[in-house]
Amino acid sequence: MTENLSQCMMRMVETDYVLSDYQSDIAPRWCVGCGDTAILTAMQRLCRDEQLAPEKTVCVSGIGCSSRLPHYMNAYGFHGIHGRALPIAEGVKIRRPDLNVFVTTGDGDCCSIGAAHWIHAIRYNMNMTVLLHDNQIYGLTKKQASPTSPIGQKSNTTPFGSVLLPLNPLTVTLGVANVSFVAQAVDWIPDLLYDILKKAYHHRGLSFVRILQRCPEFMDHRFDDFVRDPSKMRILTHGNGLRLSPEVSRVYKNQETHDPLDMGRALAIAAIADEIPVGILYNDPSVPCYDDLRAGERPSTPALVETVLREEFDKVTIWPDDAEPVAAE
Amino acid sequence: MGNTAGQAIIEPQPRAPQPRPAVVLKEHIIEIISDSGEGAQRCGQSFGAIAARSGNGIWTVEIIPAEIQPPHRSVAGASGNRIRLASGPVSNGGNEADLVVAFNEQVLLSRLNAGEIKPGGIILMESKWRTDRNAGIAASYARVVDDIRARGFRVYEVPMEVECLKLVPDARKGKNMFVLGMLCGIYSLDEGLAQAQVARIFGKKDQKIIDANIELLNAGRAWAEANLDLHFSVPAKRSTQTQVVMNGNAALALGVVASGMEVCAMYPITPATSTSHYLSSIFEKVGCVVHQAEDEIAACAFAIGASYAGKCAVTVTSGPGLSLKQEALGLAVMAEIPLVLIDVQRGGPSTGLPTKVEQGDLMAAIFGGHGDAPKVVMAVSTIEDCFYSVITARKIAETFNMVVMILSDASLATAQQPFARPTFSEDWLAPPVNQSAVPLDAKPYDWDPRTGIATRFIPGQPNGMHCLTGLAHDRGSHVAYDPEINEEGLLNRSRKLAALQTTLRLPPLCGGDSGEMLLLGWGGTLGAIEEAVGILRAEGLAVSSLHLKFLQPMASGIGEVMKRFTHVMSIENNWNDPLSDPLITPENRRYSHLALLLRSRYLVDIDCWGNARGQPLKPAAIVAAVRAKLGKE
Repeated sequence: MTENLSQCMMRMVETDYVLSDYQSDIAPRWCVGCGDTAILTAMQRLCRDEQLAPEKTVCVSGIGCSSRLPHYMNAYGFHGIHGRALPIAEGVKIRRPDLNVFVTTGDGDCCSIGAAHWIHAIRYNMNMTVLLHDNQIYGLTKKQASPTSPIGQKSNTTPFGSVLLPLNPLTVTLGVANVSFVAQAVDWIPDLLYDILKKAYHHRGLSFVRILQRCPEFMDHRFDDFVRDPSKMRILTHGNGLRLSPEVSRVYKNQETHDPLDMGRALAIAAIADEIPVGILYNDPSVPCYDDLRAGERPSTPALVETVLREEFDKVTIWPDDAEPVAAE
Repeated sequence: MGNTAGQAIIEPQPRAPQPRPAVVLKEHIIEIISDSGEGAQRCGQSFGAIAARSGNGIWTVEIIPAEIQPPHRSVAGASGNRIRLASGPVSNGGNEADLVVAFNEQVLLSRLNAGEIKPGGIILMESKWRTDRNAGIAASYARVVDDIRARGFRVYEVPMEVECLKLVPDARKGKNMFVLGMLCGIYSLDEGLAQAQVARIFGKKDQKIIDANIELLNAGRAWAEANLDLHFSVPAKRSTQTQVVMNGNAALALGVVASGMEVCAMYPITPATSTSHYLSSIFEKVGCVVHQAEDEIAACAFAIGASYAGKCAVTVTSGPGLSLKQEALGLAVMAEIPLVLIDVQRGGPSTGLPTKVEQGDLMAAIFGGHGDAPKVVMAVSTIEDCFYSVITARKIAETFNMVVMILSDASLATAQQPFARPTFSEDWLAPPVNQSAVPLDAKPYDWDPRTGIATRFIPGQPNGMHCLTGLAHDRGSHVAYDPEINEEGLLNRSRKLAALQTTLRLPPLCGGDSGEMLLLGWGGTLGAIEEAVGILRAEGLAVSSLHLKFLQPMASGIGEVMKRFTHVMSIENNWNDPLSDPLITPENRRYSHLALLLRSRYLVDIDCWGNARGQPLKPAAIVAAVRAKLGKE
């Protein structure tokens, strides 16, 4: 990230990664029509366009359909345990600022079993990009209501319809201290998904991208009204946010100019119920990052370890000849 | 080194205006007990430090209530310190206390009720309660003093507060230094060393504060010399070796620094946390990080992430935290990520006894996770061991790509003991993170059939890209559910433990090579068991002990050793069903952890003795248990 231009150019000439450099030898095992496929494609496009070295790229995930994504990326992947993708990713990043860290998680993984980590990851604000694949249902365990399922959702655990209002990942995230980047994308507008991921990647801090994602198996038709009617999509634009291509602009005419530093409006947009906002809701690059705050002034060296151990031992040493150094403390 | 051997009989004397010649003792156990916040702990620690610097053998034990500010004058709120003071080295807290300083009668009752004070022992009581304005308090004090006098304790009423108020406006803050001076006088500890210790305590503060406290110290000593017929000397011999004095948790923290680990992820929990407190104060100086995570699970996951990225990490916890981390530990096992976990055990289950000792986590450490999850489990048995074990653990973790657990306990956590000052070696440290290119045909789980070890690929290594997973996987780290592939993974992860096992050596026996009874122990009971063995052998009983460092895997040869003894019994600070209970039979009896492990491995009828009373096992209790077992009561 700190390479100078000439080094960067050299690397471009030497390697020049193409899309297939980010595709693993495993074919995705998602269902036909699954929105995760669009997210994977956007990720791979991003890596290529940013020319990220696959060996310097780490995709961390938890458990669920979303969390299979690292298997399909040719990068270092860490398919962990349910709900814990974020603390694992934080550990990866804490001493390795040279690594590009992505987290892919789902609505169950992030907003239910991993909710504590989600809140605190926002607060730590470490340099990483978090993709919340939100299909509003548990898929891999075969259709149970998730915290983001709409009220009345019928599922195997709510056969008569769920009774609780869904949790809104956008308003929750925006409410956490140190939040620095919140965006929303949808799998059925791939160009904007890509543009949003790109903004997220370039943000210094934790960028949280909620991606509404279709599950054709268990939530068929959930987003049909929005997919068919572009006017129900509210596209957020700004000089510091998304800038739309003429093609996108022609189809998605319901646009709002929104300053990503305007938290009040971001919260209002996040709470919109009858439309789906897409774009950068909040972006404050000035929020300090935990990995920077904890980076320390100097790297650990054997000499440093020896010195500190000597100082600490001196404080508690009993010298045999009573020749205790006077300035030991 | 029996405690009784060092006990001198002191005839009551009229108050002597001049210092009397000191009665020479081999050892004495001293306790200072107060309400929380009155400074008894600092007084005790300082007394221990002065004694250690004088060349005495010491072992200190903290007496800690679970609350920050428990009610004043309450039995449950007793806070303080025990110091076992001896001429030679000591390895445990010993038996009952010989001399107790109590700041009120309620905290004294807590120690009396627990059976921690020797019958006929010396008790120095703060006397101000006798004239307390609250008639109930005054009556309670008088009743307890009368009662313990009647029970044969030697009670001295000391006007601590009255004397302190002559020097300082707030006696509650200065009383502990007065008591420290009194104790230094009683035990003939050097005045200069005592004053230097006070200067050390208040080193960062104003000279006026140091001077005021030294004044209190001197007043305590003068008062004791003028008013008490107690004057002892526990001859000290300064070690020819350069030594350091610290408690177990501090030694663990320094061990983390010395091991070359750069990341410690933790969540606050008693009694482990003081390790992280100390580490937090020094770790950044060496360019490293203590991360206080949002919970125990996150702490473990964070450490796993750091280890995965090439920086072997440590997570520090106690019982409940160990339970919470189990799923993440399984991930580290399955994905073969090195990790060091330090568990400072406390009484359980559930929240249990947060500040008290128990060896209750051995089974949870070895078998706590679901599925077959081989991990290395080692136990520390001395303060010095705390330091070096972390270095060893990191090396094993990174050599075998395994989880290595270190079991300490609440007693070792706060016990202070001198040991030889370690000499730094670069060999302690972790090598730099490997970032070299991986051969193109190499696989991330290319298990070596001889050892089960696979060379792991670390992010940043070109050509090493793969997706690590907690799912069953093949050599290429591809998710695989085939029976053969699953079995291959199980076999190799287990094989690593066997490979490590071949390198282990059995610790030496304490006592003789054969005999009537072999005692088996692990962890913080080492000192008490070996002291008991010494006493029993002096009585002519052929008793020996074997103390295990590695519990999983265990060194070869334990079976051979056991064959050379008529009886084998484990001594553990954890629960076992007593056969005296009418419901308990040899068929339904639940054994102590190590006994159960060894019974299943060696098919030997190993008995067990111990308890889970939240107190360290006492040498005298072990002696009595062995005598009973051998029919020599």
